[in-house]
Amino acid sequence: MNQSNGTGGLSRRHFLATAAATSAALTAPAVLGQARPRVVVVGGGAGGATAARYIARDSKGAVDVTLVEPTRTYYSCFFSNLYIGGFRDFASIGHTYGALAAGHGINVVHDWAVSVDRDARSVGLAGGGSLAYDRLVLAPGIDFRPGSVPGWDLSQQNRMPHAYKAGSQTQLLRAQIEAMPQGGVYCMVAPPNPFRCPPGPYERISMVAHVLKQSNPSAKILIVDPKEKFSKQGLFEDGWQRHYAGMVERVGPDFGGDKVEVRPEAMEVVIDGEATKVDVCNVIPAQQAGRIAALAGITNEAGWAPVVAHTMQSREDENIHVLGDASQQGDMPKSGFSANSQAKVCAMAVRGALTDSSVFPARFSNTCWSLIGTDDGVKVGASYQATDEKIAKTDGFISEVGESAELRKATYEESLDWYAAISGDIFG
Amino acid sequence: MFPSRAGPAARAPSRPLAAGLLALLSTAGAWGADDGRGGALYAECKRCHQAGRGAEHRIGPHLNDVFGRRAASLEGFPYSPAMKAAGAGGLTWTEATLDAFLADPHAFVPGSRMSYAGLANREERGELLAWLRGFSGAGSDLPPAEPTITPEEYGLDPQLLTISGDPEYGAYLAGECTTCHRYDGSDRGIPSITGWPLEDFVIALQAYKRAKRTHPVMQLVAGRLSDEEIAALAVHFRNLADEP
Ligand SMILES: Cc1cc2nc3c(=O)[nH]c(=O)nc-3n(C[C@H](O)[C@H](O)[C@H](O)COP(=O)(O)OP(=O)(O)OC[C@H]3O[C@@H](n4cnc5c(N)ncnc54)[C@H](O)[C@@H]3O)c2cc1C
Ligand code: HEC
Ligand code: HEC
Repeated sequence: MNQSNGTGGLSRRHFLATAAATSAALTAPAVLGQARPRVVVVGGGAGGATAARYIARDSKGAVDVTLVEPTRTYYSCFFSNLYIGGFRDFASIGHTYGALAAGHGINVVHDWAVSVDRDARSVGLAGGGSLAYDRLVLAPGIDFRPGSVPGWDLSQQNRMPHAYKAGSQTQLLRAQIEAMPQGGVYCMVAPPNPFRCPPGPYERISMVAHVLKQSNPSAKILIVDPKEKFSKQGLFEDGWQRHYAGMVERVGPDFGGDKVEVRPEAMEVVIDGEATKVDVCNVIPAQQAGRIAALAGITNEAGWAPVVAHTMQSREDENIHVLGDASQQGDMPKSGFSANSQAKVCAMAVRGALTDSSVFPARFSNTCWSLIGTDDGVKVGASYQATDEKIAKTDGFISEVGESAELRKATYEESLDWYAAISGDIFG
Repeated sequence: MFPSRAGPAARAPSRPLAAGLLALLSTAGAWGADDGRGGALYAECKRCHQAGRGAEHRIGPHLNDVFGRRAASLEGFPYSPAMKAAGAGGLTWTEATLDAFLADPHAFVPGSRMSYAGLANREERGELLAWLRGFSGAGSDLPPAEPTITPEEYGLDPQLLTISGDPEYGAYLAGECTTCHRYDGSDRGIPSITGWPLEDFVIALQAYKRAKRTHPVMQLVAGRLSDEEIAALAVHFRNLADEP
């Protein structure tokens, strides 16, 4: 996309008029007279914390921002695989909310949102009480779809961890891998599309292989995968061949990867009727938007919350914006980078609607790095624009097989800087 | 081709200098007391610093009379809070402190905006410092300062440098950049872009946009920026240095 017009052509009115799907922002003047417009953000992850920070920072106190997040320390899924691989310590992927409260005056409430009353415009909290809003931002991430892997439910997550929400699950998975018997089997039940972080499961395989190659070289890694293809497949398979030859086996849908069941008590994985005993079973179930989105009544049959690309507003309710993994927006992968990018567009739209700040055309981007082995990093990235229908990809790139070791190392080092930068951009 | 940012290869101490890079060492290369290696090593500093007659602040402060100077003491340069604190704490540039700084800038002044990985080889540092010393206390004998960058090096139309940018629009567009670029300079993959002179900033982005400088991420980012948007970003990141 080439925005060749300068800001002269980008007045707020002009832009809103072109964003046909968004009649919502036109109601803005209704709240302008009020004391301080109130924004409630549910979920203090990559999307929600960024949105809270940008709205509070850029409105310089003109908007009252409350962030609702149950945990006091957010452990990022991004780089959690590197912790499993021994490249990061656990503390380095933990982030707290002190800077958002102190630096930007955000009211951080450590609680669960349990209901949304859209008519009264208020959010109910598990601890009792409610929060009134003019705009609500929902960024609750994902939940697992019940029943997607027969035999598995959340009550089994200690025997068969998902480690797909970071925290104690991630530590548990690493401990189980370390405790595997020599020559044992690690099995991953990979999720169907769409799911958070398309390269995530396969970066994890790389990190598990990296650890086992050192401590348990005769161990085997089995991936049971319902998908024909996966993200950066050529790059990962080339890397597994080079670093971990003979360790990784993948069972795709042709061989029953889509017909899998687990027996947690027996530590068995049943693939197309045939049971295999494994030592670690990492079940990553099918996913949907975090439950609060469904409770708010803004999700579709697939379990995601459709949004208007220009503003990230829910297609069901113009006073609610949905960000990150929970949203169904179009072409962007569900990543921390995407959630952070969407949050900035959302923050601008929310400020434009509640104050008289300028509104510019939405633009989005994403880059996902993955680590395959020591100093062997790859990346994929794209830029996106808003259309009336969806967030549409405009251009992209991906690392290539056969790149020099130097370039792969530089790519890995970039990812270290990216992690530091995005963490600061999200949490202040 | 003009040298891109120092990649890992370029950081290796025994790195052979690219032919194009050597070609850039013009008059000043022949000047100075050493055998010329110091001047060649200085080429890497030159894309951010000026030294010589008429030297100005660019991405980094000018390096005239740096020996004996208190760190972060020059008027008109937006030093990082980290460098200012070091100066206030008594850091003065001498042979010893410069040697330690250049060996590993980020270990010596954590939080500095200087995006330079360091020069590991002690002998090379000695030669570089000998070269640099030529610009201290020399008074009017100095050769003229060389530009850090010119649009011509990338075959860019100098008119691109005259477009004025809207800082408010720049602030919004910058949201895309700060996912990767931190305020402080990094010695790893992603450099600091805060506080740059407008020209250097515009030239760098235009060079990526026109594939005169290659890097997949930055070509993608710059590829969709209009000339006005690049100008807006340049103003925003320039101003950002004054309010970290
Ligand atoms: C193994 C793995 C590796 C990954 N690697 C990368 C990577 O390298 N790069 C990348 O960009 N992305 C990566 N991702 C994806 C990234 O983690 C997610 O896409 C990103 O976190 C999504 O952000 P979000 O804000 O939508 O959700 P989250 O970051 O999950 O945040 C949601 C927050 O909402 C809170 N919440 C949920 N429900 C409620 C409620 N009812 N009330 C209050 N709070 C609530 C949760 O506690 C949570 O803190 C990876 C993911 C995984 C699993
Ligand atoms: C990518 C740009 C860049 C490169 C390359 C670079 N510098 Fe710097 N330099 C800076 C910046 C920016 C600062 C200010 C740092 C701060 O404020 O934290 C700086 C600061 C300095 C200072 C401190 C000056 C003062 O007034 O306190 C010295 C000395 C210095 N650089 C020397 C060098 C030398 C010698 C080289 C080459 C080996 C070099 N720099 C390479 C950007 C650069
Ligand atoms: C996905 C990460 C990423 C994003 C997003 C990004 N950059 Fe970069 N940027 C990089 C990397 C990596 C480099 C180093 C490239 C190289 O080696 O040439 C770089 C280099 C640069 C440089 C040259 C620095 C130098 O020392 O010569 C400038 C200027 C720059 N970026 C500006 C921007 C601006 C402006 C934006 C937002 C519009 C942006 N970048 C967004 C990763 C990013």
